[in-house]
Amino acid sequence: MVPGLSYSRPLSSAALSRNRPMQLTINGNPAEVAPRPGQCLRTLLREHGWYGVKKGCDAGDCGACTVWVDDNPVHSCLYPAFRAKDRHITTIEGLSPENGTLHPMQAQFLAAQGFQCGFCTAGTIMTAAAKGGAMRTPMERVLKGNLCRCTGYRAIRDAIEGRRHVQEDLPGASVGRSLGSPLGPALVTGQARFTADEPPLPGLLHLKVVRSPHAHAQVLAIRKEAALEVPGVHSIFTWEDVPQHRPFTSATHDDYHVDPDDTLMLDRVMRFVGQRVVLVAADSEQAAALACDKIEVDYEILPAVFDPEEAMRPDAPILHHGKDAASRISHPERNVLREIHGENGNVAAGFEEADVIVENTYATHRQPHVTLETHNSHSHLSPDGRLHVRTSSQTPFLTKVKLVYLFNLYPENLHVYTERVGGGFGGKQEVLTEDLCVLVTLKTGRPARWEFTREEEFTATTTRHPFRVKVKLGARRDGTLTAMSMRVVTNTGAYGNHGGEVLGHSLNEAFAVYRCPNKQADGYAVYTNCVPAGAFRGYGLTQTAYAVECAMDELASTLGMVPAALRRKNMIQPGDTLLSIWPHPGDLEIGSYGLAECLDLVEAALASGRGEPVPQSPEWCTGQGLALAMLDCGPPTEHRSEARIDLLANGSYQVAIGSAEFGSGSLTVQRQIAATVLGCPVESVKMVTADTDKTPYDTGTFASTGTLVGGGAVLAAAKVLKEQLLRLASRYTGQPIDSCQLSGAAVDCANHPLPLSELLARAEKEGHRLSAVRRAYAAPRSVAFNVHGFRVAVHRITGQVRILQSVHAADAGQVLNPMQCRGQVEGGVAQGIGWVLREDMQLTPEGRIANPTLRHFRIPAMADLPETEVYFAHTHDRIGPMGAKPMSESPVNPVAPALANAIANATGIRFTDLPLTAPRLYPTLAHRPTLPAQDIALS
Amino acid sequence: MDLHHITAQQSPQTPDEVQTWEPGLAWLAGGTWLFSEPQPVLHTLLDMGNFNWPSLQAVEETGLEIAATCTIAQLHAFGGSTGVPASWQAFPLIQTCCESLQSSFKIWNEATVGGNLCLGLPAGALISLAVALEGTCVLWPRQDLPRSVSALEFVTGVQQTVLRPGELLRSIHLPASALRKQPAFRRFSQTQEGRSSALLIGTRCPVTAEILLTITAATVRPVQLRFATPPGARDLAASLEAAILPTAYFSDPHGTADHRRHLVHYFAPQIIEELA
Repeated sequence: MVPGLSYSRPLSSAALSRNRPMQLTINGNPAEVAPRPGQCLRTLLREHGWYGVKKGCDAGDCGACTVWVDDNPVHSCLYPAFRAKDRHITTIEGLSPENGTLHPMQAQFLAAQGFQCGFCTAGTIMTAAAKGGAMRTPMERVLKGNLCRCTGYRAIRDAIEGRRHVQEDLPGASVGRSLGSPLGPALVTGQARFTADEPPLPGLLHLKVVRSPHAHAQVLAIRKEAALEVPGVHSIFTWEDVPQHRPFTSATHDDYHVDPDDTLMLDRVMRFVGQRVVLVAADSEQAAALACDKIEVDYEILPAVFDPEEAMRPDAPILHHGKDAASRISHPERNVLREIHGENGNVAAGFEEADVIVENTYATHRQPHVTLETHNSHSHLSPDGRLHVRTSSQTPFLTKVKLVYLFNLYPENLHVYTERVGGGFGGKQEVLTEDLCVLVTLKTGRPARWEFTREEEFTATTTRHPFRVKVKLGARRDGTLTAMSMRVVTNTGAYGNHGGEVLGHSLNEAFAVYRCPNKQADGYAVYTNCVPAGAFRGYGLTQTAYAVECAMDELASTLGMVPAALRRKNMIQPGDTLLSIWPHPGDLEIGSYGLAECLDLVEAALASGRGEPVPQSPEWCTGQGLALAMLDCGPPTEHRSEARIDLLANGSYQVAIGSAEFGSGSLTVQRQIAATVLGCPVESVKMVTADTDKTPYDTGTFASTGTLVGGGAVLAAAKVLKEQLLRLASRYTGQPIDSCQLSGAAVDCANHPLPLSELLARAEKEGHRLSAVRRAYAAPRSVAFNVHGFRVAVHRITGQVRILQSVHAADAGQVLNPMQCRGQVEGGVAQGIGWVLREDMQLTPEGRIANPTLRHFRIPAMADLPETEVYFAHTHDRIGPMGAKPMSESPVNPVAPALANAIANATGIRFTDLPLTAPRLYPTLAHRPTLPAQDIALS
Repeated sequence: MDLHHITAQQSPQTPDEVQTWEPGLAWLAGGTWLFSEPQPVLHTLLDMGNFNWPSLQAVEETGLEIAATCTIAQLHAFGGSTGVPASWQAFPLIQTCCESLQSSFKIWNEATVGGNLCLGLPAGALISLAVALEGTCVLWPRQDLPRSVSALEFVTGVQQTVLRPGELLRSIHLPASALRKQPAFRRFSQTQEGRSSALLIGTRCPVTAEILLTITAATVRPVQLRFATPPGARDLAASLEAAILPTAYFSDPHGTADHRRHLVHYFAPQIIEELA
């Protein structure tokens, strides 16, 4: 053996040391780089400006960072940077030939629109296009290392298999056509700029926080001296550095009164594992992370409570002790954030009238959003002293209001904007990173950036609220409902956020969709020492729809009725007043009615014999189930959006609107609406969005408002501008206005075309401004309907559930973009299936999340999802813009009960508590007397 | 991810260049696990990339020698190659086991066979392969002479192995006698292409008819049962109960201990029946 080298621990000053410079080529460009020891290729590439390489998980599970090393696809987050020496690296930016054409796989993704938010797209294309990629089969195995949270994968599969869905534009008639996203070309080439895709500004500080290891604790002391010694550390902030008299809520709503002010930017009391304790700002992420390790915090550990029923008991630990009425917490002394009671008619009398009563309690579990782009934001001061915040948010305007309040700023001094946002689903209707970036920038004068890790996404953002719902239904023998009641207890976690609004919403449509004179509910949103819950697609209705729709099946079974027939007998009809537990209908009405058609479509599809073959082994049992859901089109509190449309000098248009685009496609639809009214190709309409400097106010893109309210504002503004243009054209050409029509870049006045550029020049000379601004509101509101059906097989021994057929029918009114609307349905269905069958966020007895990684918390991969048949009802809404109703949020709602009903139908057992995973199903299945004898011997 | 605590990285030409060892050092093979989590107790990575050990050496009479640094992609490709000895009936297990990993082919391009063994996860499907095919692991300590342990003994618990500080896994030898056996395979995962909850492999010796039943993924470490003749259902269940204490079943977010036990008792008779 040769004399050994001794590797002793380097001094901490070497923490930022780099390896020797090395050569490599990136997309054909030679580069000399000096990676840090321990650096991965992903960050090296991004440091050199290749932002097409994304961070989804940073742990090799999601594939968003896929690049080729000498033509071999690898996850660059796992690839040691030093190994790239002398290698040829190809990122999405280098995939297409230099002549500006697209690689075939990029073209296929465009043609099939194999993306929604587009954050996973680069990695998926680099995988499918790679050696060993698409030519391998089966495709679900090729793509098992690529996760998408938006699409449900059907569109991705179609892209890889070369199917085309994008249609040609018809100028002036683009509404109703399947047009691609305006950002599509940028997404498939890696040029689209997501929130973190910007070169660092000089002096940039990176933020990291120390997070609480305890579910409930009082901070006694914080020692930061050792951390301040770490080279590159600039400053450290604790609760003493933020105002303690200015509580807020991280939830964003136009009317902030609907959410409780129970949160401090940095607090002395820790209420969940993962809460921020200490903030570090440093020259690099590495220095900030190392400094966090060196901060010592002394805690007094307090008793914690994780179950909401326990939290309401008199002896439970109190989370928000002493908070007064100004916090808008209903009963802080009982941990009750919000308590709601309501009754319509007389429920006691209704149950008296009933021939049959069913009653059961259903439980739903926590679900994280898992947007592929993690929360992140960036703040800086410009030389004029204004503060700019770029953020991954669904609500830039509300975020601005929140920051103005927190830091006592003049609104005109603050600019908040988004670029492309990588997924939302409600999870970015929160201020979770922006406040501390602004704190650092204001305190230090330097730019600040904070990008959550994947683990922080699980432990320190928000989730769908866990619910426990006791449902009681009474009916006459013929199936007529006589009374409906429920008791709902939700777990809002350590902070209230959306808890009150989610509870309120949950008590509405699940009941209102049925005719029944007597309805009653008691609801409690309860604080516990869990990670806070927040807004999530469906907003509480997903949970109560699950409970009520399962109960409807149990009622049908008790009555000996077909479940669909029971629903037909009781569901609302056109012209009905929509009432739940409150006596007044509010502004909700049936602007169009496609519920019956949806139910028919799903029933027919389930009876068609399509789908996977039924497994022949007696170990499998099969069954089918369906469920329906109604969703109000927009939030109940005032929601408004404003659009401004300008005619530009070259005869094209610019639409400025404040709504954010994060994959739901509202931008695509808004552009189609404008182009249809203005008689031009969509290419002639440029969209500017979600920027408090450049666009008018918008309440935010949530609660299904992108098409409805944003689209409504664009429609109104476009009509006004069109009117202006025609009137002027008529005057300038001397032709009657009736003979004038917009035609591309000109006004055609009785066959005398007047170019818009000329019209504009002349109008401006006369002092006219060819611009229109209009506002739209989410009131009155219509309702959208969704029905889902499944056929399933359940393995009696292992508990495995296999979906044989999945069918969805949606009433979206006039479908403005069928391809995109289908994608929204499929995405919602995927999240529903994942929630029921796969996604199990586990809590340790200490209140820590046990599986905060995509490796151990499995969102569905391509292999886990069936292809869903999607149908649309033929309706035209009298309220929504151009007859449309929103369809991003609602498709998730009937999925869980339909699946649970199918499993109940297959097994003869009602499983009430989600998730329905094999380990939870098998013990009950194994003891069914219907099992073949040879199977019993197993346990 | 960037490993913030790593302050040095070295690329020795041979393992012998590293003789002294201390906490904080780590051998770096593919890196696909090391770079997937923060590594706060490590400070130096020792790159194995220059060792250039031959990845795979197959000899019909003696068996298959797999270098620890052989990538899973190489092993998988080899598993699909033609021209392997026709007598190696168990050969298809190579691809089946690779495909039982939760990781995709992109990870396989870098991840190594040795890395899968050394990580010692219950679901490590190449551990299943090595144990079922009666593999022997060759270990290179920093200062002592090389030693061998059976693959069955190599993993001692969840992410625990017999490796001493600084000791390297050099290679895995699968004997021809095991490769000639008839295989049977059963696996369960909660997700379609996901991590195994239970992975059972049986082999039957063409000469003696002895059946070897290997249980992995369901248990905290591999378990192997040997049957001279196919056991009846009752005897098999009793053997499983005796060999695997309730506490030896693994519980994690991918499955519960009771479900895994249930699966083992479901699959084991199927394997025996298939091989009998």
